[in-house]
Amino acid sequence: MPDVTLVQAIDLALGRALADDPTVVLLGEDIGTDGGVFRATDGLLARYGAERVLDTPLAEAGIAGVSIGLAAQGFRPVAEIQFMAFAYACLDQMINHAARLRTRTQGRLTCPIVLRMPCGGGIHAPEHHSESGEACFTNVPGLRVVIPSSPARAYGLLLAAIRDPDPVLFLEPARLYRSQREAVEDTGIALPLDRCIVLREGADIALVGWGGVVPDMLAAARVLADQGTEAEVIDVATLVPLDADTILASVAKTGRCVVCHEAALTGGFGAEIAARLAGPGLLSLLAPVERVTGYDTVLPLPRLEEAHRPSVARILAAAHRALAHG
Amino acid sequence: MPTEPVARFQIELTRFVAADGAALPPLPDFATDEKLLATLYRAMVFVRAFDAKAVALQRTGRLGTYASSLGQEAVGTGAASAMRPEDVLLPSFRDQAAMLGRGVTPLEMLLYWGGDERGSDFAGPRQDFPISVPVASHIPHAAGVALAFKLRHEKRVALCIFGDGATSKGDFYEALNMAGVWQLPLVMLINNNQWAISVPRSTQSAAQTLAQKAIAAGIPGEQVDGNDVIAVRDRVGKALDKARTGGGPTLIEALTYRLGDHTTSDDARRYRDDATVSPHWHEEPIARLRQFMLAQGAWSREREEAALADAATAVDSAMEEYLATPKRPAASMFDHLFATLPPGQASQRTELGDA
Repeated sequence: MPDVTLVQAIDLALGRALADDPTVVLLGEDIGTDGGVFRATDGLLARYGAERVLDTPLAEAGIAGVSIGLAAQGFRPVAEIQFMAFAYACLDQMINHAARLRTRTQGRLTCPIVLRMPCGGGIHAPEHHSESGEACFTNVPGLRVVIPSSPARAYGLLLAAIRDPDPVLFLEPARLYRSQREAVEDTGIALPLDRCIVLREGADIALVGWGGVVPDMLAAARVLADQGTEAEVIDVATLVPLDADTILASVAKTGRCVVCHEAALTGGFGAEIAARLAGPGLLSLLAPVERVTGYDTVLPLPRLEEAHRPSVARILAAAHRALAHG
Repeated sequence: MPTEPVARFQIELTRFVAADGAALPPLPDFATDEKLLATLYRAMVFVRAFDAKAVALQRTGRLGTYASSLGQEAVGTGAASAMRPEDVLLPSFRDQAAMLGRGVTPLEMLLYWGGDERGSDFAGPRQDFPISVPVASHIPHAAGVALAFKLRHEKRVALCIFGDGATSKGDFYEALNMAGVWQLPLVMLINNNQWAISVPRSTQSAAQTLAQKAIAAGIPGEQVDGNDVIAVRDRVGKALDKARTGGGPTLIEALTYRLGDHTTSDDARRYRDDATVSPHWHEEPIARLRQFMLAQGAWSREREEAALADAATAVDSAMEEYLATPKRPAASMFDHLFATLPPGQASQRTELGDA
């Protein structure tokens, strides 16, 4: 079982999907000969040919729109958007069409597409290459929003996304593409698309987040453990549909929660989780829900990007505030 | 001179029947097929009757906002008549002529405009797309459908209809470009009715023709008289044949005129006067084909009366069926959100109840 990076796990899952299902086609900018700018489709053109792995013209809305047409015809297109900032051009297609084709036609036409893209900061990329725009999509009924945080979860969740009969926005934290390796066996086994993943159990406080901040939450949990506090770390992984039960159960146990994400605070998806905790979870809470997020500013260029994103220190400070209550 | 011309283009306009109904030979073979001409004529008469009824229903509070196709009936009628059942239509919101021609029922059309999703669950053309309200956003879908045909090596064609305003949008250019790069079996048909709500064609684009926008994408573009159903059928048919046999995409600009308001929510007198519109009544497609058929001895007063009566009867029948169709239970809004409803929505559905 080889140790692979997250981006290699993506490549592995895409290759598996192409091998297993003749209706799967990949399309996107530079995904063919170049293997994608991050190499997520490396080698796939050579193995599966130009009718399965299509280089497209430079047109993000067109890529999303063409995928919808392919999907309505029975294909399972997996489209790569080169960076998440460029997926904003796809909002019209994803919101007005992909998310509602099944409803609009009462199930006559469906839209099993995956729009996958790198997201988040931490790779010192140029302007408009480090977006965490998940909240633009989580408020769209009919779309699933998935974001893995490890190679194995990337493999299992991407296979699940491709096999799902409805549209999925699949976000790949760019900072995690090559930051860790783990053993990923190409078993073809998918992960569920509606489950949070408890990465670490603990009775004192819940740290809940997704994507690029998950390693920071785990690091914070290790520090807290040294301080005698056991943190439960939850990778939300599938933002929509949200597995609120796992989060509520954790907070029922811990009474304290820190929600972490790279995206800006106001209207971020962490607000939805905080609202769930303030609703059905209220009587479990021993402290106000803390949110550690990107600031409500324009994402700074790389010199300041680390100062914008949630750090281990900020997560720890929030955890200490929560633990100080009661 | 160190410069030389490297590209030239020319845009052709096809018309077989003049505005007064006079034949402009040589005509295509089917123009002597009296039965076919009668079918096209009766289809256009039906669309006009349907539009009038839909507007009347809206005015009396029994239908939602509606976009009449008054004066443009030949575009969709001619296009749909050239398609094969296995082709796929991707319509805009003024394409009832094409949709009805494809076998979408008048009841389905009324249900849709009356606010019921069942109207887009076509019993007939199962793979045709529902109406796209966001302008031009369905043209990339048509490219995707055409790409599916190409990847499966099927002899099928996608036909997408949109208005003159749509050719100003990025979606149009992105789809047009992809269609050229991949040589897709796709026919893009512009219903150039000269108006995008209040914005006239002259404000929409400085291009001499909209058809020439195809040239930039490396595909052929042409104009057709959109009020001449014979010309529309002929040119769309030839483009479909070409696409079906691997010849790639075509952009066709059908020149017509929006004789009515943009929709029932619009009052066109705010931006154009009757003197602007009235000359175009002399070019409209139904009278034109009638005059043509009368001159050929292929039509009669009896047939005319029968066509009008049959259309009225069928429209009334659809209207009655529509008005008698109860709305669905509210909880049905959850029925087709996902293949399997997630627990969060399942509890919302329970909260809404079965009312």
